[in-house]
Amino acid sequence: MTMSRGMRAALMAFTALVLLVIYTPLVLVVLNSFNVDRTFTWPPPDLTLKWWDAAWHSSGARSALWTSVEVALLATAVALVLGTLASLGLQRTRFFGRNLVSLVIILPIALPGIVTGIALSNAFTTILGVGLSLVTVVVAHATFCIVTVFNNVQARLQRLGGNFEQASMDLGAGPFTTFRLVTFPMLRSALLAGALLSFGLSFDEIVVTTFTISATDQTLPIWIFQNLFRPNQGPVVNVVAAVLVLLSAVPIYLAQRLSSGAGETVR
Amino acid sequence: MTQTRTRTALLLTPPLLWLGVAYLGALAALLITSLWTQDDFTGQIQRHWTLDNFRDLLTIDVYRTITVRTLAIAAFVTVIDAVLAFPIALYMAKVASPRLQRLLVIAVLMPLWASYLVKAYAWRGMLSQGGLLDWVLGPLGLHSPGYGLFATTMTLAYLWLPYMILPVYAGLQRLPDSMLEASADLGAHAWTTVVRVVLPTAFPALVAGSIFTFSLSMGDFIAVSIVGGTSQLLGNVVYNNIGAANNLPFAAAVTTVPIAVMLIYLAVVRRTGALDNL
Repeated sequence: MTMSRGMRAALMAFTALVLLVIYTPLVLVVLNSFNVDRTFTWPPPDLTLKWWDAAWHSSGARSALWTSVEVALLATAVALVLGTLASLGLQRTRFFGRNLVSLVIILPIALPGIVTGIALSNAFTTILGVGLSLVTVVVAHATFCIVTVFNNVQARLQRLGGNFEQASMDLGAGPFTTFRLVTFPMLRSALLAGALLSFGLSFDEIVVTTFTISATDQTLPIWIFQNLFRPNQGPVVNVVAAVLVLLSAVPIYLAQRLSSGAGETVR
Repeated sequence: MTQTRTRTALLLTPPLLWLGVAYLGALAALLITSLWTQDDFTGQIQRHWTLDNFRDLLTIDVYRTITVRTLAIAAFVTVIDAVLAFPIALYMAKVASPRLQRLLVIAVLMPLWASYLVKAYAWRGMLSQGGLLDWVLGPLGLHSPGYGLFATTMTLAYLWLPYMILPVYAGLQRLPDSMLEASADLGAHAWTTVVRVVLPTAFPALVAGSIFTFSLSMGDFIAVSIVGGTSQLLGNVVYNNIGAANNLPFAAAVTTVPIAVMLIYLAVVRRTGALDNL
């Protein structure tokens, strides 16, 4: 780009500075998990591995982790089916109310999580009279995960255009054969990327979960939040937090391998 | 033609049933609940119609203060994120080499995957007494700002920054270099090019990002409870009215504020093309 040298340098310096600020708290969390002191004192008086040992044996953290994985897998499965159907349905068709349909798909992430949470909680408990459980959490999570799958598939469909499907139909394949042999293989990596994002969104979600989970169930974020202010559990929370920071590299690695265009699978 | 129509209808029925019944239905039920009341003694919801909840919301000072405070913080957070994100996205999209570009995307994405709670908690550690900020600022004779509204704004801006960087980056990637060259050839200074060509191109993407930063800030009650000290936002009022006070109708009335604000926001920004940038 035709930018002055000074401007390029300034942009680079600014980017570097902000990235430094972005990563400092994350590094702090990881270091703090080795801190002998129970609070966030800086610099740490001494380092230790005993909190990692304690966390490894924490049954609460472990069962919350599995609950989170279970919920995220189920919510992702529902979102994959519904999100894909929606994007195929809206693909290249123009009809009255099309914008309204897209708005309804976007709404669950455009409205604050607390709205989604209390609306569903109220519907389940006051209106329908079913108790809160992990099922209600899955329903809630799937609702806002649909849009991530939808966005990914939609972007892919737009890039591909309709020629392949038309060619397939011209050659005599029915809609199902065309989907199975042409559309689906071309969508596969977009679906995987969408699934990955859904899983991440659900796994990390706390606001909506707070309102839709029963008092006896715990996902990992709920467990962390409930133990955050308990001095006894503090060090274990630090370790779990550090693990979550370190694990965040995994989906990025996977997403990068899945996507050809970096900008597409970002959210 | 009719075949396409049937196909579209068949494909759209399951997702629309889900979103229409489960989601829009729940929103409608929420609005209805906000018109009911709560028996103070039994805690039972009484299903007769009244505007009492809305009257309380509008007339009791503390709720007005909290509403204004929430909207102001959400607006601040959005502006901070837009100001921080634009230069970074511009650097990523138009200055960095393709290799560095990929690395920067990863660098921006990674914190997005690190747990929300962990990041809010990390700021508690940064801001605490004797924490990292105290240690850094100490030699300058300054202290950590401590927990409160300032800490809340900072933490929220930190949490949602990637949600602003990524759409703006994607938007600027679509800006052809030839446009910038044309601008330079016509004699525009680099700064003029940024203001008159780059910024207008990025605008829909900035608005798209603002939907997230604004909405997420407006609904937050967790970060506020971790670094906010004693200050409260609308989210805390909703949460407290469901938990401790167990007044679901009033909580429902409070949530109509963010719903109304977001619907107006979406209606206004629709014209900018922001919704296609989500």
